[in-house]
Amino acid sequence: MFILITGLLLGGTYALIALGLNLQYGVARIMNLANGELLVAGGFAAFWLYTAGQVSPVAALLVIAPVAFAANWLVYRIMLVPLVKRAKSRGALEVDSILATFGMSFAFVGVMSWLFGGGYFNYAFLATPVDIFGSSYAQNRVVAFSLAVVIGGALWLWLSFTRAGLNLRAVSVNPRSAPLVGIDVRAASALAFALGGAVTATGGALVSMFFTLDASVGVLFTMKALIIVIMGGVGDIRGTIVAALILGITETAVARLIDPGLTLAAAYFLFLLILLFRPQGLFGRAQG
Amino acid sequence: MSLLQIRGVTKRFGGLVAVKDMEFDVQPHEVMGIIGPNGSGKSTMINMISGSFAPTAGSIRLKGHELAGEPAHRINRLGVARTFQLVRLLPELSVVQNVVAGAAFGHRRRWGASAERFAMDLLSRVGLAGVAGMPVSALTYIDTKRVELARALASEPEVLLLDEWLAGLNPTELATGIGLIRSLRDEGRTIILVEHVMDAIRSLCDRCVVMSSGTKIAEGAPAEVLSDRQVIAAYLGDGDA
Amino acid sequence: MSTREIRNLIVSAVLLALCALLPIYGSTTMAMFAVLATSWALFSGPTHYISLATAAFFGLGTFVTGLWFQTLPFWTLPLIAAVAGAALAALVGLVTLRLSGVYFVIFTLGLAEMVRQIFTWVQNQTGARGMYVLTSLTEKEIFWMLLALGTLVYLAGWLIGRSRLGFALRIIGNDETVAKHSGIDTARAKVLLFMLPGATAAAAGAMLAPRYIYIEPATAFAPLLSFQVVIMALLGGTGRLWGPIAGVIPFTLLWEAITRQAPNQTLLLLGLAFLLIVYVLPGGFVGLWERILRRWRARG
Repeated sequence: MFILITGLLLGGTYALIALGLNLQYGVARIMNLANGELLVAGGFAAFWLYTAGQVSPVAALLVIAPVAFAANWLVYRIMLVPLVKRAKSRGALEVDSILATFGMSFAFVGVMSWLFGGGYFNYAFLATPVDIFGSSYAQNRVVAFSLAVVIGGALWLWLSFTRAGLNLRAVSVNPRSAPLVGIDVRAASALAFALGGAVTATGGALVSMFFTLDASVGVLFTMKALIIVIMGGVGDIRGTIVAALILGITETAVARLIDPGLTLAAAYFLFLLILLFRPQGLFGRAQG
Repeated sequence: MSLLQIRGVTKRFGGLVAVKDMEFDVQPHEVMGIIGPNGSGKSTMINMISGSFAPTAGSIRLKGHELAGEPAHRINRLGVARTFQLVRLLPELSVVQNVVAGAAFGHRRRWGASAERFAMDLLSRVGLAGVAGMPVSALTYIDTKRVELARALASEPEVLLLDEWLAGLNPTELATGIGLIRSLRDEGRTIILVEHVMDAIRSLCDRCVVMSSGTKIAEGAPAEVLSDRQVIAAYLGDGDA
Repeated sequence: MSTREIRNLIVSAVLLALCALLPIYGSTTMAMFAVLATSWALFSGPTHYISLATAAFFGLGTFVTGLWFQTLPFWTLPLIAAVAGAALAALVGLVTLRLSGVYFVIFTLGLAEMVRQIFTWVQNQTGARGMYVLTSLTEKEIFWMLLALGTLVYLAGWLIGRSRLGFALRIIGNDETVAKHSGIDTARAKVLLFMLPGATAAAAGAMLAPRYIYIEPATAFAPLLSFQVVIMALLGGTGRLWGPIAGVIPFTLLWEAITRQAPNQTLLLLGLAFLLIVYVLPGGFVGLWERILRRWRARG
């Protein structure tokens, strides 16, 4: 039971991070391998605001999200649009965006290490336990989970019921036909990329409440987000959430029952199963 | 014995039924046209014959071999070659290499110098004698279509599938294109033609199958089929039938 | 064979002879990267499937040596490693190469980490510790072994380039749908060719284990190796067989310089190199060379 709930709490937070990547890959078609670094940046911002300014991470979100939105929008416009323009095929764009974002992630880690040193950073915020169903869980995990649910829910509502959200979903389903119904694909992609970045950075701020982060740990989060997005089905929100929860529970179970050093191997095992039996993901559309 | 037998072929995409219970035969040396308004399932039908995806149900037999459910490369090796609605050439290879690509792995395989000679002959055959060494980016639109046609012919297929091959051509090019397909027919090739250009259907096809909303609504010689009330209604609406 | 091909062959043979005669300091590292980058490019060049699995294969090879260098004659170890590497490559290929390139990249990205976690866990369970590989092999001997491996890789690359398999892979890299509809069993072709860099990287790892001296999962499977190999191969360009080497030489020198002067900036260098390749030199030095050649010919 403890495993289940802890896993859910973890998974819920993972879901937010993966949602960010899903927006960036599913709509803007950018496989953003710097996603994990974005998360670390969000976490670091929360850390800095908390230790330097005594601002609670929850309140810090009000600053972190818009800044991340703007930064990602700029990155899309300046660095990624040239790749989109010159890509001859979707596959070529994917390869180019992988290499480019990969480069950005290394550059980012390099700069972070240079400016802030290689040290770990963490802080104690709401580390006091809270009782649920007879076991105690850290309050910060519960808060992170709740916020993830709220933000994720809001995102889902926005995508499902607003016109702008509809535009994004249309581009995700069929980018070639979307312009035919008046959708500015370039603008929608930029919006999705920026929004995805904001969501990921938010996830990072939430995760920083209970994880210890350092400049180099981004790639692990990127891997997990990638696995979740593919497991759930690219472009599908429900899928991402379900997959994130599954991963959260699996990781927690493996860590407690087998060995905490096997968490990535466990995630990989799930990935392997999906690739073998259902490559389009749990909720994804088959490739025709 | 018919060359190609389609029986009970159905294709469902999730809740959408794109093709329902299609049934027709293609005889050897015949030119069969598949026509119908947009969205009638013609391309889906062609895609199933060529193996781009498998039918949900039904059977597609080529000279007795079951094609349904086989991967595209096996179907090509069994003798089915196709062109695509949006021309797909190999951008990093030269024109002649594009054609050799069709010859090297398909129904009848060739490699090395004999493959290149064969490819050059095919290029002359489709009217592209002078451009063998050129990069494909330098070609005009109809010439890219010719290269793709040559590539499809290079494996010496039993059945040639032309998916709206005449689309997007101006009147002069259209006449040339129709002439080219006619010469292929005169050689005795079996061709399945998905087309919207009615002139081509009338002058090239021995028989036609008309599809609407995924089902067959008429079959027969072009003249009868094109004056069938149901066919006219499908294309133009009930008022003009 | 055309005169141009004969000429290329002679030039390569001469260069090879020169290499064998003058091992320079630091050249084992360069030789290693030359072998790894060239074999990497044999697969990832024509198919455009970016493999980040090099570290996994290499680490596997070092473990082969670590486990058996005392019980088996050394020359057998690279062979065993090659078989193991090919097997791992086939497994990875069978799982991911049926699908589009993105899945492949992501899977290989974490492969080294996953293998490391598994090896660490097995070590913890069995109580084994890292292995000391102490042999009497000199740096020069390792260099010559790598040179021999490199020659094999070049030969294989040259033969494949002229073969139907190589042709099939170029077609796959251009348009996989066309490849399938032209009778190419694309999954099989990809898996077959992927076994080559797998076997080569593992063999290289086996040969270099004595130089690492202490073999343990954390260092054997360090993902950095994969990234370096990718950069060098792409920097040099995958369009020609000699392309990767053109990337290996400058990059290794630059890397060693940075490691000496500003060791904290190596990751930054890596990142900038990736960005350079994507935005400035998409075809690598080979692409640049070909553009220059074309302009020179156009003028003449």
